[in-house]
Amino acid sequence: MSRQKLVIVGNGMAPGRMLDHLFDIDAGAYDVTIFNAEPRVNYDRIMLSPVLSGEKSFEDIVIHDDAWYAGHAITLHRGHKVARIDRDAKTVTSAGGITAAYDKLVIATGSDPFIIPVPGHQLPGVLAYRDLDDVERMKAAAAKGGRAVVIGGGLLGLEAAAGLKAQGMEVTVLHLMPTLLERQLDPAAGYLLQKELEGRGIDIRCKANTKQILGTDAVEGVELDDGTLIEASVVVMAVGIRPNVALAKEAGLSVERGIVTDAAMRTSDPDILSVGECVQVDGRVYGLVAPLYQMARVAAQTLTGTEAGFSHTETPTKLKVTGINLYSVGTFDDGPGYEDVVLRDAARGSYKRVILKDNHVIGAVLYGDVADGGWYNEMLKSGEDVSGFRDTLIFGQNHQGGGAIDPLAAVANLPDDAEICGCNGICKGQIVTAINDKGLTSLAEVRAHTKASASCGTCTNLVENLMALTLGDAVQSAPEGLCGCTHHTHGDVRRLIRAMELKSIPAVMQALEWTTPEGCAKCRPALNYYLVADWPGEYEDHQQSRFINERVHANIQKDGTYSVVPRMLGGLTTPDQLRAIADIADRYDIPTVKVTGGQRIDLLGVRKEDLIPVWKDLGDAGMISGAAYAKGLRTVKTCVGKDWCRFGTQDSMGLGIKLEKYLWGAWSPAKLKLAVTGCPRNCAEATCKDIGVICVDSGFQIVYGGAAGLHIQGTTELGTVKTEEEVIEVIGALTQYYRESGFYLERIYKWADRVGYDHIRSVVLDDLDERRALAERFAFSQTFAQIDPWAERVAGAEAHEFAPLAVIDAPEGASTKTVMEPAE
Amino acid sequence: MNVQLAKTDLDWRHIGTIDDIKPQGARKVRWGDMTIAVFRTGADAIFALEDRCPHKNGPLSEGIVHDGCVTCPLHNWVIRLEDGTAQGADEGSTRSYPVRIDGRDIYISLG
Repeated sequence: MSRQKLVIVGNGMAPGRMLDHLFDIDAGAYDVTIFNAEPRVNYDRIMLSPVLSGEKSFEDIVIHDDAWYAGHAITLHRGHKVARIDRDAKTVTSAGGITAAYDKLVIATGSDPFIIPVPGHQLPGVLAYRDLDDVERMKAAAAKGGRAVVIGGGLLGLEAAAGLKAQGMEVTVLHLMPTLLERQLDPAAGYLLQKELEGRGIDIRCKANTKQILGTDAVEGVELDDGTLIEASVVVMAVGIRPNVALAKEAGLSVERGIVTDAAMRTSDPDILSVGECVQVDGRVYGLVAPLYQMARVAAQTLTGTEAGFSHTETPTKLKVTGINLYSVGTFDDGPGYEDVVLRDAARGSYKRVILKDNHVIGAVLYGDVADGGWYNEMLKSGEDVSGFRDTLIFGQNHQGGGAIDPLAAVANLPDDAEICGCNGICKGQIVTAINDKGLTSLAEVRAHTKASASCGTCTNLVENLMALTLGDAVQSAPEGLCGCTHHTHGDVRRLIRAMELKSIPAVMQALEWTTPEGCAKCRPALNYYLVADWPGEYEDHQQSRFINERVHANIQKDGTYSVVPRMLGGLTTPDQLRAIADIADRYDIPTVKVTGGQRIDLLGVRKEDLIPVWKDLGDAGMISGAAYAKGLRTVKTCVGKDWCRFGTQDSMGLGIKLEKYLWGAWSPAKLKLAVTGCPRNCAEATCKDIGVICVDSGFQIVYGGAAGLHIQGTTELGTVKTEEEVIEVIGALTQYYRESGFYLERIYKWADRVGYDHIRSVVLDDLDERRALAERFAFSQTFAQIDPWAERVAGAEAHEFAPLAVIDAPEGASTKTVMEPAE
Repeated sequence: MNVQLAKTDLDWRHIGTIDDIKPQGARKVRWGDMTIAVFRTGADAIFALEDRCPHKNGPLSEGIVHDGCVTCPLHNWVIRLEDGTAQGADEGSTRSYPVRIDGRDIYISLG
C-alpha cells in the first residue's frame, strides 16, 4: 500500500514541531510535501531579536537544516506560496504552478504583521518585524545610522527597539497606551521597564498616537497627533499580528478571527488541519510559542489516529532583551476578591507582585528578580491553596521553611509535572527520564533529546540544575563554556562585546549578567584579551586581570624566580649581544643559561627585584623583550636559507626577521610560534608550527595549524604566494582573523579545526578585499602594541610590581622602626 | 619613611597606604626571611597572608584577586583572603595576619 500524502502549507515553527512529533510517533506514516513562502528552512522565529541585536547569527537559530529535510525525504518547495486549495480534487497549487495532491492537508500560514494604515505607511523604510527579511532590512537601515521610530511598545516592539539600539541607531518608541507592555505588565513594572530602557538611551513616548509618516521618496519622519515631529530614517511597525486566513477563507473553510478548528486541530473539513498563529481554537487565537507547540503535538496525534485535544493554559511572558528580566503570567488586572502581595526593592530595581483570589495564585508579575516565576506559575496551574505559607510567598521558593538559598534544592522540590521549559512545554519528569534512560550527560544532549532550553534559552539554568541534581558529578559542562561566572560561551561573549560595544571588564560583567562580582582567574584574563583585541587604542589594558607572567613580562618559575628571554629576530644574534648576555648572567648571579626551542637564549632563576636592572642592561645592549611569557607572538624560527645553504631557495632568515618585526608585540588568544624554512627539507620545522612558511623556487608556501605539544598535528596548507610582501599581508590577515575570532587560550590549530580551514582560506587568502582589510586592522592594532614593555618598566612604569611594599625587621629584633623600601 | 608608634601599639606595624596597592592587586612585605602578601580587593578591603600557597609554596601575591579570593599563579589553587583557607576541593590553609586600617594607612599585626 502506498503511503498517504501529507501536504503542509507553511514552514514555520508550529508545522516544524508537528513533523518532529509525527516522525517520533510513526516515521513512515506519510510522504510529506511542504510549501514555504519564505526561501529558507525552518528557523526559530522567537530568536529573531538576538539576530537583530547581533547576539546570534541566522545559522544559530536554524531548527531544521537541509540534512533534516533530506533525511526524512520531505519535498520542500522553497519560495513557493500556495495560491489555492481544491478541496474536491484534494490538491493545492502554488503561485508558481506546482500542484500537489494530498490525503491530509495542514494549513500553517501563520500571521501577518498589522500595519496601521496611516498616511505614508507605504513609504520605503516602513518595516514590519516578522521574519528574517525584516531583520535584514532593519540591519541594513541601521548600517546607515540615524534614528529609528518603533511604533508599538509591546514585546516585539521593545525587542526591535533594543536590537536597533544595539546596532547603533538612535531609537524612539511610540506607544499608544500609558505604560509599556500593558497586556503583560502592571503599570508599576511597566514603569521600571521604561526607566531601564531609557537608561539605555532609548527614547520612550507613551500615549503617543501616530498621525502620519512623513517623507517623499522614503521615510523622513513621523508626526504625532499633538503635532510633534520626530525625524526618522526607518519606521518599524510592531503593533500586532493578524492571523493569515485568506487561503482558508477562499477554500470555503470556516473562518472567524482565525481558521476555526476543533480541539483536535481539525478545520471544518476533516481532512484539513491547521496549526499555528492562523488558528482559532475554542474562541482564542495565540501568538506565543508554547500554545503553538501544544497545537503541533495535538495535530501530530490527530494525523496518526490518536485522540488528543488542545486545552488553554496561561502562558508566561518574557521579554528577550539581554539584561532585562521580566516575567508575567495569569491575571493582574483588578477584580472582585483579588488580593495583591507586593515586594519592591528599589536598590536592586526589582518588583514582585503575586495576585491571589481565595488563597489561590491567579497571576504574577515579576521584574528584576524573576527566578520564582516558574514556581508561581506552578501554583497557578495546580490551583494549590497557599494559605499555609502566604506570609512568605512573596519571598520566593528558597525562603520557604527558612532553608538556605540553594538552587539545586529549589529544583529538587519541584514536582515531576512542573514545567521547566515554557517554550516547549517540557516538564521536570520528562527531562529526568530522558537523562536516565538515554544516558545524557551534556546540555547539548538534553536539548537534542527533550527540546528543553532549546528555544529561547531562558530556562537553561534550571535545566542545568536539574542535570546536576540527576547526574551529580557526571554532568559534562558545555565544552565552550567560559567559566562558572557566566552561562555565556566564549563565542557569545566575543560577539556581545562587539555588538553592545562593551569596553571595560565591569561593563561586560554588568551587561552580560556575570554571577560573580569580580569574575575569576579564568574569565578575567579572557575578557581582558577580548577587549584588548577588539578595541585597540581605546581599551586600557587591565593589569590586575592578567596572569603574573604577562603582568611582569617574565616567566614565573616553581621557586618564584623568573626567566628572562630577550628577543632575537629570526634567531640571529651578534657577538656584542652574546657578550652582554654573558656579562649580565655574571652580574646578577643568574644560575642557568639555556638555548630555547625557538632559537633564543633563556636566563633562568632571576630574582624579581633584579628584573628591572637585568632588562635595563639588556636594553642598553639593544635587546627588547622576547615575550616568551605572552599569549601572543613568541618567535619566528628560521633556517639559514640561500645565504649559506646549498639547498636554500629563498632568504629565509631575512623573511623571518621581517615577519618578526611585523608581528612582535601582538597579543593573541594563545601563544603564536612561527617558522620560515628555506626549502622543503624543512630544517626550521615549519610544518608543526602555528604558522609556517616553506620557501620554494617559485615562491612561498604558507602553512598553519600545526601543533607539537600535548597534541601533535601537521600543518595544513593555506596557499602559495609569489612575493615576500604577499607573505606578510596574508600572515597579517590570518593572525588578525585568529585574534578577532579565536577563543582565549585556543591555539590556532584548535581555532582552525573549529572554524574550518576552507572558510579561513576564503577569508584570509582568496578574498583580496577582506585580506587587505584584516591586514590593515592588524597594522592599526600594532601601532598600540609595539612598545617594548621592558623599556617602559625600566623607565618607571608599574613600579609597584617590582618592589616590596615594605621591609620590616626580622621577627627576633623586636623594634618599632618600620622602613618603606625605596623603589629601585 | 619612619613611623613611630605608641608603646601600646607595638604589635601593629605600619606598612604603607591603601593607595600603594592597586585595586584587585597585591604587594609583598618582607619580614626577615618571611614574605607577607598584602591584598587589596575591588571593594578596597585589605588582607594579609603569608606569601606561600599551602599547595606548593607559590607566591600568592602574584595571583589574580577576585571576590575575596586569590588564585595562586602556579597551579590555580583558590585561597580565601579573609582566613587563608583553600577553596573548592582543595584542602589546606595559609597563615593570615590581622590588618588595621586608619584613614588610608595600613597596619598589620605580626603577633
